[in-house]
Amino acid sequence: MREQRMVPEASPDSYYGRPIIKEPTWKTPDVPLYLFLGGLAGASAVLAEGAAVTDRPDLERVARVAAGAGAALGTVALVHDLHRPERFLNMLRVLKPTSPLSVGSWILAPFSGLSAAAAASSVTGRLPRVGRLAGVGATVLGPPLATYTAALLANTAVPAWHEAHRELPFVFAGSGATAAGGFACLFTPLDQAGPARRMLAAGALVELAAAERLTGRLGLVGEPYGQGRPGRLMRTARVLTAVGGTAALVAGRRSRTVSVLAGAACVAASVLTRFGIFEAGTASARDPKYTVEPQRERLRARAAERARTLGR
Amino acid sequence: MSNSLSGPLHDVAGDAGHEAHPPRMGFFTDTSVCIGCKACEVACKEWNLVPEDGLSLTGMSYDNTGALGASTWRHVAFVEQPIGRASRSTDLGMPGMGPPPDATPPAGPGQETESGEGGVRWLMSSDVCKHCTHAACLDVCPTGSLFRTEFGTVVVQEDICNGCGYCVPACPYGVIDIRPGDGRAFKCTLCYDRIGEGMTPACAQACPTESIQYGELDELRERAGRRLGELQEQGVDGARLYGADPDDGVGGDGAFFLLLDEPEVYGLPPDPVVTTRDLGSMWRHVGAAAGALVGLGVASFLGRRR
Ligand code: SF4
Ligand code: SF4
Repeated sequence: MREQRMVPEASPDSYYGRPIIKEPTWKTPDVPLYLFLGGLAGASAVLAEGAAVTDRPDLERVARVAAGAGAALGTVALVHDLHRPERFLNMLRVLKPTSPLSVGSWILAPFSGLSAAAAASSVTGRLPRVGRLAGVGATVLGPPLATYTAALLANTAVPAWHEAHRELPFVFAGSGATAAGGFACLFTPLDQAGPARRMLAAGALVELAAAERLTGRLGLVGEPYGQGRPGRLMRTARVLTAVGGTAALVAGRRSRTVSVLAGAACVAASVLTRFGIFEAGTASARDPKYTVEPQRERLRARAAERARTLGR
Repeated sequence: MSNSLSGPLHDVAGDAGHEAHPPRMGFFTDTSVCIGCKACEVACKEWNLVPEDGLSLTGMSYDNTGALGASTWRHVAFVEQPIGRASRSTDLGMPGMGPPPDATPPAGPGQETESGEGGVRWLMSSDVCKHCTHAACLDVCPTGSLFRTEFGTVVVQEDICNGCGYCVPACPYGVIDIRPGDGRAFKCTLCYDRIGEGMTPACAQACPTESIQYGELDELRERAGRRLGELQEQGVDGARLYGADPDDGVGGDGAFFLLLDEPEVYGLPPDPVVTTRDLGSMWRHVGAAAGALVGLGVASFLGRRR
């Protein structure tokens, strides 16, 4: 039997170069925007409560609105991302600790209500007690709202997300703080914006440090964070974060213009970071080498270990 | 409960809350006898009313199905390899084909053919959802749409799925997907409707070479072990079981395979791990980061007034 081979050889490393895992079907911009809005809203709730406690009414109002509006828009983005949006209430059908999306829905739902109530009360001046109480509730839920989204991405087989599960929550906490601080700097008069600037700067520091550690530790699987479009997004975000954070610290106290510009840079950076991380993940899902190589490495190491113990 | 998230777990259905339940059922796909006829793909489509999955040519091989997906629950991979990489030609003992067992086997090709630049070896393999012991798709599903049946299999309830898509990137094998135009997630059900009636799943029923075998998982694992021994005795050096080990990263597959080459050659991950194995670490880091955010917030209000 003689036969001419008609097709290219299947590469020994993969099945005709096809991806092994499925690329996420999550939509852009919905999901990366949701990551950003959750961070902004969650950290803003903390900022608002601090402002309330220390009697900074302008800062409190701006941060309460950021928390309420961020959560509301985030909910819209999340529902819009569903491929069967009319069934969004099924998200609250069960509570499963193994599913960050389930846990997150149970955080987002009460947070949205509470932060909306707090924002409405703060803007209208109506029912101040109820508003304040709602604000306290939102403050408790805010930090987990800002960080659970890291587990949402990490609890998948997507190599660049899963392997980053230790650092991503800190990147997201920092990114949420820079966004909340930055947003408040945009709309708060200088004499009340001090905490917003400090939150922005501290968030920037945490975010930059965590992102640095992430790419350093991940090796091959971290590659997509530095390449192509996600790489450009991450680099731009890094520069904006660093410049915004420094400017706010150095000159933000004296100049409203600097404060506003630094705030805008940091809000933009937070958006770009989320898109960068999202797209780095999808890129790592598309290329089978990020799935196959580390797994092979694991098998090799295990075989070597076995050989060593047997040899003894 | 111990080992609910990873590690060996014998009673999957019991762990999921089924009290009195039938034994765990599964598939053993012996790719050494697969002839690539795609009867399984067709039978599955017909029985489960799975719609067409795009009538396109991949242009890369004789395989125009490409991969498992929302509308492809069995996928026959066609791997074309130059001989040399492969083990030597062997009579793989395909049931129902060739001479009776007591006749001397004729000399000649097994799965190999010759061409101008040398020989070609064909590897065919019918892939399917693995019905993992620790199924990431099920773990991450926020609606409870994905559930563990009394047979230990993993099934989507289409009346509950809201198309959130979380199961899609969670599966370490790239099995489940959202069906475009419909919006819900679909995958192999191990013919939940048929096995409930004591019938064999459509693909296994249709397979002419018994490459797809259906039965109690414990028994299938024994059978697979014997088959592997046979092949190794015959000198088929690439032969190995895939997904049969309860100690692997997903606690063993309910649908496992006998392969003739590395898993990645067939488009399978070489050492898949269920993502929820790291769940504890993930939540701990999320908690610590949330704490850091609180601390950072408090610190922002210390110090000077403006
Ligand atoms: S192979 Fe994928 S889709 Fe099938 S049970 Fe395992 S995780 Fe779920
Ligand atoms: S797409 Fe459907 S089956 Fe998949 S995780 Fe979401 S609700 Fe569950």
